[in-house]
Amino acid sequence: MNGSDNIIINTTAKILNDLCDPQTINNSNDEKWKSTLWSALEENGLTRAWVPEEFNGVGADVADGFEILRIAGQFAIPVPIAETLLAGWLLSETGLNVPDGMLSIAPVNQHDTVMLDENDTLTGTAHQIPFGRDVAQVVVLAEKSGQTFLALVNREDCILQQYDSHASEPRDTIEFNRVSPVQCAETKVTRDHLLRMGAAIRCSEMGGALQHILNIAVQYSKEREAFGRPISKFQAVQHNLAQLAGEAAAAVSAASSAADTINSGDGFNDAGFLEIASAKIRAGEAAGKGAAIGHQVHGAIGYTTEHILHRYTQRLWSWRDDFGGESVWAVALGEFVAANGADQLWPTIAAR
Amino acid sequence: MTVNIRFDPIRLPKICQDLRHEVRDFLHEEEAAGTFDRRENAMGGIFNKEFSRKVGAKGWIGMSWPKKYGGHERTFLERYVVTEEMRVANAPVRGHFTADRQSGPIILKLADEDIKADILPRIAAGECTFCIGMSEPSNGSDLFAARVKATKTDGGWLINGSKIWTSYAHLADYMIALFRTSPCTKENRRHGLTNFLVDLKNFNDIKINPVVNLRGQHEFNEVVFEDTFIPDQYVLGEIDGAWKQATSELAYERSGPERFLETSYVLFELAQVLGKQPDSRAAEGLGRLVAGLHTLRRMSVSVNGMLQAGEEPTIQGSLVKDLGTIWEQELPAKARDLATFVPPGNSNRASFDALLNYGIQVAPKLTIQGGTTEVLRGIIARGLGLR
Repeated sequence: MNGSDNIIINTTAKILNDLCDPQTINNSNDEKWKSTLWSALEENGLTRAWVPEEFNGVGADVADGFEILRIAGQFAIPVPIAETLLAGWLLSETGLNVPDGMLSIAPVNQHDTVMLDENDTLTGTAHQIPFGRDVAQVVVLAEKSGQTFLALVNREDCILQQYDSHASEPRDTIEFNRVSPVQCAETKVTRDHLLRMGAAIRCSEMGGALQHILNIAVQYSKEREAFGRPISKFQAVQHNLAQLAGEAAAAVSAASSAADTINSGDGFNDAGFLEIASAKIRAGEAAGKGAAIGHQVHGAIGYTTEHILHRYTQRLWSWRDDFGGESVWAVALGEFVAANGADQLWPTIAAR
Repeated sequence: MTVNIRFDPIRLPKICQDLRHEVRDFLHEEEAAGTFDRRENAMGGIFNKEFSRKVGAKGWIGMSWPKKYGGHERTFLERYVVTEEMRVANAPVRGHFTADRQSGPIILKLADEDIKADILPRIAAGECTFCIGMSEPSNGSDLFAARVKATKTDGGWLINGSKIWTSYAHLADYMIALFRTSPCTKENRRHGLTNFLVDLKNFNDIKINPVVNLRGQHEFNEVVFEDTFIPDQYVLGEIDGAWKQATSELAYERSGPERFLETSYVLFELAQVLGKQPDSRAAEGLGRLVAGLHTLRRMSVSVNGMLQAGEEPTIQGSLVKDLGTIWEQELPAKARDLATFVPPGNSNRASFDALLNYGIQVAPKLTIQGGTTEVLRGIIARGLGLR
């Protein structure tokens, strides 16, 4: 998973450098960049990184997919590559075909449930669906008398209410009113698995975004002068940036550790829970602190639409909420370690 | 310039996890035999020569050093595991830990052959205690302002001045000290300092005066040199060039598990006192603490893996110590909040309170010892290209 010798990682970086420059996107008056960017990602197989070759995918390592997303985070990625990767993973794990195009997934929290009825149609409401209105199809995890099914549905067949994230990206409510799936099969994937993968995905993106905020904040502090010298020369600013570096490092480390755990097949056991819950908590905390420092260093210019900083901080505020925020995961992790007993706390941590 | 701070997701190999169980078994046996008590020891009593000898006999001191000097030629990651198991058990390691972590490696790198052959095997056997002579009454964080003077004389050096905050100097056999051998230069304010090995038990004209900490414990000392003679052989490394030797050692000193586990007993007591079914408020707080600890540990293992691979992760080491010491410092305050609603009659409350109150009093020193938060953030800022 080292960038220098990995073709998938290098390709991702090149495409995003060419077609996903945040300043260019920020300056553009239309959304023409979107289809060009998506086509390039799709043609190079990056949207199907987690689809095995026999299903017409790339069959990359799970770790490679997370690395794609860390790099995507560095570009404040404004298209549903994370959601499409996750949808492809869910379909492949279930043995279903993966369609082309942008995909999203439902449900994405612990509250919503979609039911599959006796006529094999879907009923229920799923909130906060990322890029809901932008995708043609949604992958839905549904319950039917104690069993779990995975369904692919046409979004047009659903009722959609538009809501926006901090970054003005869709987080729509989708209502399934006896929707007939395009494909449907019983699956071994559980809602817990889906939420863990979703959380780990957002951790990688948050790590990348924080790395980039650190870079532009360091750069800006060297260029901006106040009181007769660059603000990078003031110790108060230096210490803020040092703390930002710490938050970025913690987020990237926690995210890559969780990704590595999923990659090695332990993502869905107790070890995986510790890793993924910790990563979502710590990366979410880092998102809050890191965004605040990024803004503080940039001063007023960072609080404008013309500057790109907001493209990153708004996504951090949004991503930390997705698939369960810090508090959701922290309560679950706290209950888990408490139930195991105090004597098991250190052995559990030390085993990682 | 793009800042790229790397932390690879390194895992401890099986050999390390096997060793971990060996260390745990040893510690349980020692506790059962009454050598130490992990609750009592959390609050002091961390110096025990007999225990250090047993650890030495196990081969767990000087683990990465060459066999010809009493070492065991094992990896940094194996040493890492021993360090963290000793730390979370509050084992009485003070008799050997400083020598194992930093004094031994400096001697290995810089001392002449006779001294290496004499001292290193004794450290590895757990028979030799070291302290560190860096801070002085007029300068602590600013190491390169050291003033204690070494004046050249026939066959050696005469030392005059005082070192302070010297932990366990009153129990130590040796000190590695930084003395001024020349004035600094206009071009390089770090010039003019030299490392010396000081034989505290055998050199004359050294006074060790206790400095009692706010808990009433004698940990610190002031060490006064009055025309103390040190033979030439005890100079470590280049005269006037100590600053060149300092940087690579810092990653070892700063990234270890002891930099975030010093108050870990508070976390374990907290889990105990909250019980198996905490309310949501307490569960959330506990979950956030565990997430922080897990992340720190993964970062620390990563730095040690990079060191094992021969890299010099100086910034990463400083980041781990900055984040780690803040975490261990905040831990007692957070635990105090989270346990607020546990009634006084709870059977684990008294034990929790005792360790919590100790942790609260220890907390202030954690972001001062071994490089203050401010110094660390300065080093990180330099790594970011800001200085």
